Amino acid sequence: MDYINAFWVGGLICAIVQILLDRTKLMPGRIMVLLVCTGAVLSAFRIYDPFAEYAGAGATVPLIGFGHLLYQGVKDAVDECGVLGLFMGGLRASATGISAALIFGYLASLVFKPKMKE
Amino acid sequence: MENQKNVQAREYERYVKKVTPTHSLPVNMARAFLVGGLICVLGQYILNTAQAMGADKEEAGCWCSLILIFLSVLLTGLNIYPKLAKFGGAGTLVPITGFANSVAAPAIEYQKEGQVFGIGCKIFTIAGPVILYGVVSSWALGLIYCVMRLWR
Repeated sequence: MDYINAFWVGGLICAIVQILLDRTKLMPGRIMVLLVCTGAVLSAFRIYDPFAEYAGAGATVPLIGFGHLLYQGVKDAVDECGVLGLFMGGLRASATGISAALIFGYLASLVFKPKMKE
Repeated sequence: MENQKNVQAREYERYVKKVTPTHSLPVNMARAFLVGGLICVLGQYILNTAQAMGADKEEAGCWCSLILIFLSVLLTGLNIYPKLAKFGGAGTLVPITGFANSVAAPAIEYQKEGQVFGIGCKIFTIAGPVILYGVVSSWALGLIYCVMRLWR
């Protein structure tokens, strides 16, 4: 059942973003920024948690899940150590994703040669 | 003369219409749904497997992003991800794999421009704004949370 929920929720988010991609002049970079900020806002309004409970990876794999992760990190750190947590929590919670992307990305630039665009 | 210009303009308009690729939104949406959905199913599979192997919820989430990012970078390097993106559109952009692709692709592309100003700068072309605005917006929202907590 969790596979079905992940499939249709994740798919639906992508299909909605496809409308933005086709009908507006928003570039992929802007869309990613928009998704992350949307995720943080949804998370702050406590909409995201029940949603993630239902959809599992369908809610956490899309980039809005990244925004959710950032806000949750900040919130938990604030609960833990007050104002200092504002500057600690976000990157701490998202460290695996950001580090993995940078490290694997760098290694890939050592291993792979640029390809011609088709 | 004026008439001929009009004819030319009309001809040109028709030509532009003919060569502009026609996007069918429903088809693109269906493709995005399929590809994005399948990536999320793969993510769910990693989550379930990690939890079955004894990781807690948070660790399982980390493993999930880690493996998806690795696969995405690998497929980007092998030039398979761009083909997938051509088919899947937003389906490959929205998941975390799209973020990893946007980090790896410029790093590979600009390696000729050097370690610092090539790879080092370009690797953040899209990751930079995403991380910046993600951190700033979650900080601002956290500030509101912080103030509200003091209020109570």
